[in-house]
Amino acid sequence: MSAVAELAPSRRALLASGLAGSFVFAFHVPVAGAAIVNGAVVNDIEGVLPEPGPFAPNAFIRIDTMGKTTLVMPQVEMGQGVYTSIPMILAEELDADWNSIALEHAPPNEKLYANPVLTVQATGNSNSVRAFWMPLRKAAAQSRALLVAAAAKQWNVDPDTCTTDSGKVIHNASNRVLTYGELASSANGTPPANPPLKQPKDFRLIGKPLKRLDTPTKTNGRTIYGIDVMLPGMKFATHAACPHFGGKVAHVDDSAAKKIPGVQQIVVLDDLVAVIGDHMWAAKSGLDALRIEWDPGPNGHVDSALIRADIMKASEQNGLVAKKIGNAHKALAQGDTFEAHYEMPFLAHATMEPMNCTVHLTKDSCEIWTGTQIVARVQTTAAATAGLPLEKVIVHNHIIGGGFGRRLEPDMVVKAVRVAKHVDGPVKIVWTREEDIQHDLYRPLYYDRLTATLKDGRIDGWHHRITGSSVVARWLPPAFKAFHGIDFDEIDSAVDMPYAIPNFIVEMVRREPPAVPTGFWRGVGPNNNVFAIESFIDELARKAGKDPVEFRRSMLTKTPRLLAALDLAAEKSGWGTPLPPRQGRGVSVQVSFASFIATVAHVEVDEGGDVKLHRLTTAVDTGIAVNPDTIVAQLQGGMIFGATAALHGEITIKQGRVEQSNFNDYRMLRIDEAPAIDVHLIKSGEAPGGIGETGATTAPPAIRNAIYAATGIPLRRMPVDREVLAGRKQP
Amino acid sequence: MPFELHINGEARTVDVPPDMPLLWVLRDVLGLTGTKFGCGVALCGACTVHIDGKPVRSCLLPASAVGNRAVTTIEAIGATAIGAKVQKAWLDIEVIQCGYCQSGQIMSAAALLAATPNPDDSDIDAAMSGNICRCGTYVRIREAIKRAAKAPAGEHI
Repeated sequence: MSAVAELAPSRRALLASGLAGSFVFAFHVPVAGAAIVNGAVVNDIEGVLPEPGPFAPNAFIRIDTMGKTTLVMPQVEMGQGVYTSIPMILAEELDADWNSIALEHAPPNEKLYANPVLTVQATGNSNSVRAFWMPLRKAAAQSRALLVAAAAKQWNVDPDTCTTDSGKVIHNASNRVLTYGELASSANGTPPANPPLKQPKDFRLIGKPLKRLDTPTKTNGRTIYGIDVMLPGMKFATHAACPHFGGKVAHVDDSAAKKIPGVQQIVVLDDLVAVIGDHMWAAKSGLDALRIEWDPGPNGHVDSALIRADIMKASEQNGLVAKKIGNAHKALAQGDTFEAHYEMPFLAHATMEPMNCTVHLTKDSCEIWTGTQIVARVQTTAAATAGLPLEKVIVHNHIIGGGFGRRLEPDMVVKAVRVAKHVDGPVKIVWTREEDIQHDLYRPLYYDRLTATLKDGRIDGWHHRITGSSVVARWLPPAFKAFHGIDFDEIDSAVDMPYAIPNFIVEMVRREPPAVPTGFWRGVGPNNNVFAIESFIDELARKAGKDPVEFRRSMLTKTPRLLAALDLAAEKSGWGTPLPPRQGRGVSVQVSFASFIATVAHVEVDEGGDVKLHRLTTAVDTGIAVNPDTIVAQLQGGMIFGATAALHGEITIKQGRVEQSNFNDYRMLRIDEAPAIDVHLIKSGEAPGGIGETGATTAPPAIRNAIYAATGIPLRRMPVDREVLAGRKQP
Repeated sequence: MPFELHINGEARTVDVPPDMPLLWVLRDVLGLTGTKFGCGVALCGACTVHIDGKPVRSCLLPASAVGNRAVTTIEAIGATAIGAKVQKAWLDIEVIQCGYCQSGQIMSAAALLAATPNPDDSDIDAAMSGNICRCGTYVRIREAIKRAAKAPAGEHI
């Protein structure tokens, strides 16, 4: 059964699920938390289902008798614009009045709100619009049909003679109108199983660059993120977990910390020390004043050199075959083979909103306030940690100050609940930036081996072996099992790479790094694969004596949408026109997250090895663009995210702990380093593709190839090594 | 020892440790949560407020050192003509994504425009490079600052 078919929670079902309890708590919440924006209410605090109105045909739509239309968001807003694009999809087929809609965060409920593609209630993998596109259109069209049927019955006319517009049913022949609010109480029939959906030519909202609903309160400080939650009697806390992965607390001397004004309590757990105070400053000062001796545990000897040597060794063995076409081994044995290895480092997410979680734990209840990409998993994890039944745990989700995959994990909730067990009353736990950088679940370190042969200037044989941690194996074990040990994400954009190659094999070697926990990071598997493939393609083009764009064009015969994107990016970037010395253009293409993207980077490398990004030019075919301006924004921002990784991003390990700690040694691209960015949208009638992660994936290989063009140096590992570019070190 | 702060045109008396940074007084004591914590060491600019109209990282400034000077936070910047123009330009250009850093970005931009009404790219780089945006909205920040600079005086949201 689809996610949509079994919706419609009754008030009774909500009571039974324990959600009703949260209504009581919601009354304690200051009204200031609900922000009125553009006529829409983004309720940043409650995170629970609104009281079902008289018209509640499914889990996403409620209309009260005043016509107020509340849309429940199954995917959470973390900057990607989903609290505008998802409402646009619903309002389009519902023909709702765009100016009178209100938004609510979905509560934890896997049955009602699971992402149809991911199968869990999660926001990730650039999957919000593409997974919910049809289910939400259908749910909204069913709702509209019920409202039309109710009006037609009242008027005693054929429903087919009625139309809808902006929250009204209209009978033109008799010049009669009923608002959705007036119909809310009577529209209680059985919805048609397959109501007709609008033709794209009839779209009123979809395809228009509508203003975002969440941004007005982000200009005046009124948006409430998880970190902003304030509760009566709340205490403030921060903690230090053992910096050595897998280590413990050996000894704590708290004599100085106890003297800090405002410090209330020190909680020592076996692997973590927390200080609770009157405010964050007291907690942080208290933590700084603690003298903690750590037992580094079993990983004290682990460092980056060991991890790299381990993964390189693992990459020498045969992997599981993920995809095979023709006879790659035979083709590779016959031709002039070229082999190159590429490597990606560990990366932290560094969301601007540091990890945080507010907990109010009593002996028989647990209430949580946080911003998360996995609200249902937060509920189950908190219940398990607190030792309470699921229905005793209430989770209030919030607008997220940066996710990028970091908030697909519940570790900050687990730590907060463990601390809260020792605290009387509600406590807000905020991580310092140092704690945030050192206790992430890191983008895996990957090692890719590629081998190819050329025949008549084209690639005849191709062998790609990907070695690295499998995040899916830990995060979604059923999917890992279903593919017999192949991680669908780790091979994404490698098995389905766009070039027509007659003899082709892709293998995967799962190798978990010692000590270092790994997680999803914006761009996920494609980040690694597109980088390795597109870097290798550029090296092959040079070997074949061909222009990088022409070399790619000749092999994109199977993918006309990508070919069109490549041609447009080449044209708009001035590909082929002369550049001054030490400057170069590099190209990268990808079919990732069901979007077709080509990017040209224009860079300059000075003699000291510093890279200046002049311009990034991208052409994208992402199917129907629900909110075109959001798509442009995601690519602009995503490319900055990718450029940050390419130029600055690396987490290194020493003595089993992360060496970086704040933005001084884990650098972010800043505005003075940001290139000009041109994004060209290609009009398309295909189903929407994913977009949130594509920029992060497309920028690094384009930049790397531009550096190759400018200097002739083929970088094989990210981030860019200035020592290599300055000629002081071998590539 | 309680002391007085002048925040957004109001006198507020606080009783906090003398070394407590203004950021935490605003957020945890006065409930003005629009000013954000990002790094704690003046590396990211999320905590930017105005002290007598000048941009200051509130995460390192002891509240007791503010004295009689006027503190303006994101909650009140829209009451100034330049602040309102910046907010409007931010929405017109649709700068914002997650929004967490944007309080600081807007405060830095408003201070820039107050000091330099028609900033060029190098002025923008100099004034804004202390503010990190992880969503990467820099291209639009630059555009919005230029738009706000051109907006007629007295234009409000």
